[in-house]
Amino acid sequence: MIESADEDPLAPAAGLWRDAGRRLRGSRAALLALGVIALLVALALLGPRLNPNRSDTIDWSCIAMPPGLRHAHWWGTDRLGRDLFVRTLLGTRISLAVGLIATAVSLVVGIVYGAIAGFVGGRVDHLMMRVLEILSGLPLIFFVILLTVVFGRSVYLLFLSIGAIGWLTMARIVRGQAMVIRGREFIEAATAAGAGPVRIVLRHVVPNVIGPVIVYATLTVPQIILFESFLSFLGLGIQEPQASLGTLIASGAAEMESAPWMLLVPSVILATLLISFNVLGDALRDSLDPGEL
Amino acid sequence: MPMIRYVLVRLCGALPTLLAIVTISFFLIHLAPGGPFDQEQTLPADVVANLNAAYGLDRPIWVQYTRYLGDLARGDFGPSFRYKDFTVTELIRQGLPVSMTLGAIAIAIALLAGVATGVAAALHRGRLLDHASIALAVVGIAIPSFVLLPALGLLFGVWLHWLPVAGWDRGSIKDLVLPVVTLALPPLAFIARLTRGSMLEVLQSHYVRTAFAKGLALRTIVLRHALRPALIPVASYLAPAIAMIMTGSLVVETIAGLPGIGRYLVQGALNRDYTLVLGMVIVYSALLILMGLLVDLLIAALDPRVRLEA
Repeated sequence: MIESADEDPLAPAAGLWRDAGRRLRGSRAALLALGVIALLVALALLGPRLNPNRSDTIDWSCIAMPPGLRHAHWWGTDRLGRDLFVRTLLGTRISLAVGLIATAVSLVVGIVYGAIAGFVGGRVDHLMMRVLEILSGLPLIFFVILLTVVFGRSVYLLFLSIGAIGWLTMARIVRGQAMVIRGREFIEAATAAGAGPVRIVLRHVVPNVIGPVIVYATLTVPQIILFESFLSFLGLGIQEPQASLGTLIASGAAEMESAPWMLLVPSVILATLLISFNVLGDALRDSLDPGEL
Repeated sequence: MPMIRYVLVRLCGALPTLLAIVTISFFLIHLAPGGPFDQEQTLPADVVANLNAAYGLDRPIWVQYTRYLGDLARGDFGPSFRYKDFTVTELIRQGLPVSMTLGAIAIAIALLAGVATGVAAALHRGRLLDHASIALAVVGIAIPSFVLLPALGLLFGVWLHWLPVAGWDRGSIKDLVLPVVTLALPPLAFIARLTRGSMLEVLQSHYVRTAFAKGLALRTIVLRHALRPALIPVASYLAPAIAMIMTGSLVVETIAGLPGIGRYLVQGALNRDYTLVLGMVIVYSALLILMGLLVDLLIAALDPRVRLEA
C-alpha cells in the first residue's frame, strides 16, 4: 500500500487508485495482457456464432481433419468430426466462467473469514488460524472429488466447490492486512463514534484491504482455470458432450501422434489465457505496490 | 539445547493437527455415498455383506474409527480395498521411492536453476537477460503439466526421436528426463521470480551498499552477503512445494507411465478405497508438517534475527 500516515485518512483511496491506474496504463505488458483477455472473451462469446458448424454435430466427411478452410473447420476437427473452432471456444467460455465465479466465491469467503480473524484477534484469531492450518493440510483434490461424488457432477457445483476451497490463501492475506489496519486511528475513531464490530469490519476494514485482494484475485483466476482443466482432464469436471479446455486437451493428448492440432489448438488457447492473467496480475501488483518489485 | 527443545515442541504440536486431518478425512470419505465394493457388475447382496463383514465395514462408524486409529498407532495403514492382496503400507512403500526420486531431482534442479536465474535477472535488471527470465517465469507458471509433458513428448519423442515418450525401464535416465523437466519447470519459474524480487530488495539495502563501498568484488557481495537473506522467501515457498512434488504428480506419472504413488489419492477417492486414501492423506500432510518445520529451521539459519520460540 502506498498510502502514508500523513495522508487524509478519510480519502486515502482516490490517490491510491489514480496512481495505480496511471502506472498500469504505463505498463505495456499489462495493456497487452488486458487486450488479449478482452479478445479471448469476445472470441469465446461471439466466435461460435461466426462459424456455421455446431459443437456436437458430427461431420462424417471431415473426420480428424487438420485446420483449413474446408467446410469452415478453421481449426480442424476431432476424431468424431466435430468442429474444433466451435468446441474450443465453447470450452474457453466454460473455463472463463468457472474461473471468474469460483474466484468470486473464494473472494467473499476469504475476505469475511480473514477480516474477522485479523480484526477480532486474540483467541478467536488463534482458533480460526488453526482451522485454516488443518484445512490446508488436506490435499485439495481430495475435497473436490468427494464434493463431486456427494452432489453429482454439475458444472455449477464445480464452480462452488473450487471456490469454496480456494479461499484459504485469500483469508491469510486479508487477515494480515486486517491486523495492520486494526491499530489505525480511523478504526479508533469509528469505535469512538459508536460503530459496532460488524459495521467496522464491513465499512472500514474490508475496503482498506481491497488492494492486495484484487491482485491476488487476478492471480487466482488463472489458478482456478488451471485447476478446472486439471479436473476435467481427469474426467471429474465438465462432462461430454460439453467441452472445457481441459477435456479437449485430454482427448488431444491421446491423439497427438496422428492429429497434433487436436492438442495444440486448445493448449495454445489455455496457455495464452493463463499467461495473460498472470501478466495482468503481476502488473497490477507492481502498480498498486510500487515498493515491491 | 534450545533447538532440540523447539523441534520436540513443534512435533508434539503437530500431532493434534495430524489427528484432526485424519479424523476429517476419515468421516468425509466414509460418509460419502457408495462403498469400495460398488463395481460395474453388481455383486450379489450376500457377497457384499460378507466382504463388508470381513473388512469390518458392517460395524458402527465409531467402532471403525477407533479401530483404524488403533491400527494406525501401531504403524499399520490397513489393507487396500481395491488392490487386493496388497496392504496400503506395501503400495506406498513400492511407489514412494519412485515419486520421491523424481520429486527430489526436480526440486534440486528447480532450486539451483531458479535461484541462479533469479540472481542473474536481478543483477541485470531491465536488460535482455532480465526480460528473458521474466518471460520464462510467466510461461513456466502458466503452462499446465498435462500440456507441457505431451508437448515435450511430441517434440522430443515423436518428431525428433531423442527420448522415449513414456515408460519406466528401472529408472533409466532417458525415461526420467521429460517427467523431471515437466515437474521442475513450475517451481523453477516460481523460485526464479521470488529470488529476483527479494534479491532486488536486498541489493538496495545499506549493508550491501557498504560492501560495495568497501570495494568487495561483486561475486563476494552476492554470494556472502546478499544471497542468504534473499533466499528466505524461497525457503517459505519450498515447504508446500516439496510436500506436493514428493507425493507424486498424478498427471506426470500417468502420462509418462511411471509406477509412483501420484495416482493413489485420486483413484482411492474415486473407488472409495478408504484405507488407501487415508494413507495418502497422512503421508501428504505429515510431509507438509515436517517440511514446514525444516523450513522454519532453515529460515532461522539464514536469518540470525529469527529466534526459534515454541
